[in-house]
Amino acid sequence: MKLNWAAWAFITPALLVIAVFFLLPVLAGLALSFTDFDIYALADLRNLRFVGFANYIELVRTPLLWTALGNTLYFVGVGMPLSIAASLGAALLLSSRLARFKPFFRTALFAPVVTTLVAVAVIWRYLLHTRYGLLNYGLEELGFGPIDWLGDPRWAMPAIILFAVWKNFGYNMIIFLAGLQNIPEELYEAARIDGASSWQQFRHVTMPSLAPVILLVSVLTMAGYFQLFAEPYVMTQGGPQQSTVSVLYFMYEEGFKWWNLGFASAIAFILFLLMFTVTMMQLYVARHREAT
Amino acid sequence: MRLAWPPVLIFIVACALSGCRDGSNEATVVRFWAMGREGEVVRQLLVDFEHEHPDVRVEVQQLPWTAAHQKLLTAFAGGALPDIAQLGNTWLPEFVALRAVDRVEPSVVDVGDYFPGIWQTNVIDGAAYGVPWYVDTRLLFYRRDLLASAGYSAPPATWPEWIEMLDAIKRRGGTRHYGLLLPLNEYEPLLALALQQDESLLRDENGRGNFRSAGFRGALAFYREMFDRGLAPATSGNQVSNLWDEFARGYFSFYITGPWSIGEFKRRLPANLQPSWMTAPLPGPNGPGASIAGGSSLVVFQGSHHKKTAWQLVQYLSRSDVQIRFHALTGNLPPRRSAWRDELMSQDAYARAFRDQLERVKPTPQVPEWERVATEMQLVAEQMVEGGRMTIDQAAAEIDRRTDRILEKRRWLLARREQP
Repeated sequence: MKLNWAAWAFITPALLVIAVFFLLPVLAGLALSFTDFDIYALADLRNLRFVGFANYIELVRTPLLWTALGNTLYFVGVGMPLSIAASLGAALLLSSRLARFKPFFRTALFAPVVTTLVAVAVIWRYLLHTRYGLLNYGLEELGFGPIDWLGDPRWAMPAIILFAVWKNFGYNMIIFLAGLQNIPEELYEAARIDGASSWQQFRHVTMPSLAPVILLVSVLTMAGYFQLFAEPYVMTQGGPQQSTVSVLYFMYEEGFKWWNLGFASAIAFILFLLMFTVTMMQLYVARHREAT
Repeated sequence: MRLAWPPVLIFIVACALSGCRDGSNEATVVRFWAMGREGEVVRQLLVDFEHEHPDVRVEVQQLPWTAAHQKLLTAFAGGALPDIAQLGNTWLPEFVALRAVDRVEPSVVDVGDYFPGIWQTNVIDGAAYGVPWYVDTRLLFYRRDLLASAGYSAPPATWPEWIEMLDAIKRRGGTRHYGLLLPLNEYEPLLALALQQDESLLRDENGRGNFRSAGFRGALAFYREMFDRGLAPATSGNQVSNLWDEFARGYFSFYITGPWSIGEFKRRLPANLQPSWMTAPLPGPNGPGASIAGGSSLVVFQGSHHKKTAWQLVQYLSRSDVQIRFHALTGNLPPRRSAWRDELMSQDAYARAFRDQLERVKPTPQVPEWERVATEMQLVAEQMVEGGRMTIDQAAAEIDRRTDRILEKRRWLLARREQP
């Protein structure tokens, strides 16, 4: 009992911090989502009404929510695999024994992660420019017509995905590199003795050994990608024709542009539920695999 | 704790060097938030003010327009508003609803000297809360040469005349040319046409939409006719890659925009085209029409500890001579008639149409929700033009439906106020 008491004493500060800075705001947000907190309530709290699930019902009936959900799923569905593939590819190249100047490339490929998003977004806007952009210049050399990357509703999201993947792949690359270094060299040796090709080595040695790392990376990336916000905020402001409005961007507009904090909190909880479900699914799939 | 020491040391050293003692020189510090270009240049005007008031120091903080609104609201929520600020006059109802701004005493400025439509944007329930700093309205920028070659020597004054001219330009220009550019992602042109009508845009003490009124439906029908007859291209502003290039090429001959465009057109149109463009007041259904009363006002916040000094600063910035200097620095148009009498102002041929238009500007409905309502109006109008399936009546009803939903809380508040 005495030991238990001491343990509690040690973790109390941490628990307090979590309660004050995490649990309390989350609960307050949940409570807020059942009210119509808006500009009038900000003026006078007596103008606040408890509205039950009205925000959620209204939300489901708002077409923009479904547009935003679709855009976000598009971004996660295309961006996440692409991002993980890019990270894994870069990590494999860097860990290859044939690679030279490893520290240099490791730093160079990691550099986009530590740059300021707004600053690089400005540069990407130049790269994506319809008439003077490097990207369209390259496409034209290959015989394709110019693409209005950020002005065309069909291309704005792919442009955002391209940018996000470039910006983020370095981070996962480092995690993968660490994972690759943990794979015992003996396994590869044994595989080679058995006559496995390099693809077979990758498929049957590298991938299974990396499975926990891939799970970790995909959970982290998914959580990050569902919260797509800064990229469209800086590059397109949700346009053209609302094709880059993400759930978080929608929440931001409702909350801080129109100051409907009650409604915006409801959006936050819908996003939370969505991310929670998808993460649970990922964990379930991973556990299921392990079992078989 | 190791990390905490160097910053503390730096702070102490910095304090010692700069002398951050309390009340070191007893100067009253007035904090002033201004947006965009105005925030950049206003310091130059303040030198004289500080000269006149040696015991006052004005601290200007510049906010970007895109972030200003939420920054102000967040500052209100956090009790960190400055003493005085520039406020877009469509934002004023919101801050009055928050009871964040101080009322304007009648002695502060000469109200009669201001354009009435502009002054009205600052009056809510009979009391004024802001002093107009500069005005902004929308009117026609047009190609004189193209209009002349279509056989017209003067810009249109009425809608039928306007349609006739647009038709003539379209006939001469062919399919690649249009009469007018009405970007579908901007609500201002349609709003200006709607404000020309007698009916107000909201009804029941601004508790419900009034978009099904005959007046608004007339404006919407006129707006739609422009697209249906091919007089305006159905595109959003983003799709026109370079507006000035297209204007120079004759892609369109009329464009509805604001005073900042005078400078842009002067700078960006090729030299040989400079004599060929002009500004004109907005035509109305049957005679010169009204337009939007936009612009920025100066407000003093309730929480300020230096209200007296803040109002002195408002008075100073509202002086005609200061306003003329402000115009020279920014191109912003002054809201006072006396400032327009100055030679500098009356010489500018492009500004003349604005001087004329300013006598006929109308404020938008003064409810905090207005910007949302206007955004919904534009979204429905865009759907109507692009989809082509919605009729005028259906579109008007849809705007009303969305507006009523946005104003639900307002109706509840109104009903509660009426109960004893």
